[in-house]
Amino acid sequence: MKITLKLFASLAVHLPVEARSRHRMDLEVEAGTTVAAVIQRQGIPPGQCAIVLVDGAWLAAADQATRVLAEGEVLAIWPPVAGG
Amino acid sequence: MAWTKNVLRVNLEAGTCTTEPLNMQWAHDYLGQRGLATKYLVSEIDPKIDPFSPANKLIFVTGPLTGTMAATGGRYSVVTKGPLTGAIACSNSGGYFGAELKFAGWDMVIFEGASPKPVYLLITDEKAELVDAAHLWGRTVWETEETIKLQHQDPQIRVAAIGRAGENRVLYAAIVNDLHRAAGRSGVGAVMGSKNLKAVAVRGTRTDAYHLADPEGFFAATEAGKKVLAANGVTGQGLPTYGTQVLMNVINELGALPTRNHREVQFEGAHDISGEAMHEKRPTDGKANLVTNGACFGCTIACGRISRMDPGHFSVKDKPQYHGASGGVEYEAAWALGAANGVNDLEALTYANFLCNEDGFDPITFGATVGAAMELYELGVLTEQEVGFKLPFGSTEALVKLAEMTAKGEGFGKVMGLGSKRLCTKYGHPELSMTVKGQEFPAYDGRALQGMGLAYATSNRGACHLRGYMVSPEVLGIPVKMEPQDTEGKPAMLKAFQDLTAVVDSAGICLFTTFAWGLTDIQPQLQAACEGDWSEERLLQVGERIWNLERQFNLAAGLTAKDDNLPSRLMKEPAQTGPQKGAVSKLDIMLPEYYQVRGWTKEGVPTAETRTRLGV
Repeated sequence: MKITLKLFASLAVHLPVEARSRHRMDLEVEAGTTVAAVIQRQGIPPGQCAIVLVDGAWLAAADQATRVLAEGEVLAIWPPVAGG
Repeated sequence: MAWTKNVLRVNLEAGTCTTEPLNMQWAHDYLGQRGLATKYLVSEIDPKIDPFSPANKLIFVTGPLTGTMAATGGRYSVVTKGPLTGAIACSNSGGYFGAELKFAGWDMVIFEGASPKPVYLLITDEKAELVDAAHLWGRTVWETEETIKLQHQDPQIRVAAIGRAGENRVLYAAIVNDLHRAAGRSGVGAVMGSKNLKAVAVRGTRTDAYHLADPEGFFAATEAGKKVLAANGVTGQGLPTYGTQVLMNVINELGALPTRNHREVQFEGAHDISGEAMHEKRPTDGKANLVTNGACFGCTIACGRISRMDPGHFSVKDKPQYHGASGGVEYEAAWALGAANGVNDLEALTYANFLCNEDGFDPITFGATVGAAMELYELGVLTEQEVGFKLPFGSTEALVKLAEMTAKGEGFGKVMGLGSKRLCTKYGHPELSMTVKGQEFPAYDGRALQGMGLAYATSNRGACHLRGYMVSPEVLGIPVKMEPQDTEGKPAMLKAFQDLTAVVDSAGICLFTTFAWGLTDIQPQLQAACEGDWSEERLLQVGERIWNLERQFNLAAGLTAKDDNLPSRLMKEPAQTGPQKGAVSKLDIMLPEYYQVRGWTKEGVPTAETRTRLGV
């Protein structure tokens, strides 16, 4: 099944070069794939995943290993960032 | 004793500068900067006066940590009665001006009256004099700073000035120091203009301006604080690299990015104007918008954006004066100039931001007013004939023209200078003004983030994100994660944020430290800097006292609980897309509880018990 992975700020380096400027790529994953599995597959240091949203909804770090992604969902991840 | 204990009082009508000792009892009750100047203002003016009356006062003020080695200790504030809101106005700025004022030996400068002719104040350590500014009137901030430095043959003079917007009394005119740092909100620059005061120029060289209560303890406490900032992912890496602008995509993904005058909550062009986009090389000239990051005095975070425009961009191709590096867009400016009116051209936003810095006006209120004008145009209420050109949502050309006209006070720019509340009222649609107490919202939707909606409604200076940044718990999970649509616990959390923010704003340091610092990190620095006992408990009470003093001023000025409100759009028109789809503000649930945790009556008035407890 297909999901969309968005990696922002310094995490964009974990996307293929051609996808970095738009900070997103479509990803083919097996049914039952969890958020933590995607993070591992892309080689993203878990400690750098400060903001993790699935379809815009916050996912706590403790839930990343059990949250199974569904077809078409958007997983967006940021390192520690803030604004004002 | 990190205060200099000296107040400079400038009577603009008489042309006199006099020195008086700082009221140390007030310093102990209100700490400094925001709190202390508010105490002076409240004690010295009638809250009901016209903000442009000579009876209004304008206070430049530092905090006890300003000009010290505390990280980010370069802040100063300008406090007055604001013309945009009719409420207390307190605008905070960084750069180097605040520290210079402290080095010259002053905790604050109180301007009273109005000068019969344009003047600027020149401070050289203990010496202060009003200087004729006829040659500066009509000049931009940038021209003014350059001229003053040349005139006095001193490149190290620090200048805070108004541009033409302040002279023209644009109701959201800013005071800009160090070319692109600004006391930006609530129209403090317009009050300065009404006093015929063009600039404050300071050169401070004193090494005995202030004395730390415990120098060794202060060194240890500030060093510890800097290590915390460096080790934190946000203040050590995120903010220096991407600035506040990194929030653009976060807030858009969350469905909380107000778009096209708050008609929508997600902007299809968000990525184009984001912090990430500022790093991307432009196809036109192969260079990135962002040149480098920048820091204010004593700052170890350095979130500032320094940008250089594409010289071939239509807005500047024949204007080489804008081809150099200058202050780039921060998140709030990029949102207001971009998403709020549907423009996704980063170069145009940068140009408009340059103009806001050059002529001194608040990009948040300006951009939001453009959005309101565009909606009026799309409704057919505002016409091309009236404006002088087409004004649809998304028009880059219109944004650029309106920025130029507002800066110069020309044509429809004069109407733009009124802000969205008066603009929308003038054209019969006050409901389209996205404001609280007359001040425009910043870059977070008050429907999508319930706590931010409450923060806007209750902010003492009108809609503002810097009085209680509920984005921290609702988006960033700092210090704990709260779901955006939940209301439970948010009134109490907001009160804690508001009180802590009042402490930080009164200390002389930057609010951004609080992404890493808690009160436990700030307290030892204040304790070592200031005489007396500054426990965490006492500091929080100081913050609460400041909040209630500001509230009392607003109530005395004529504001009521009815002004703790949000526009009907946020209360009745649900978010249309994204994860917050269907959301409207639940202010009616949260506000009564907020009054209760504040110790206020149902009418939003501090009870006698609360006033007695706080000594307000």
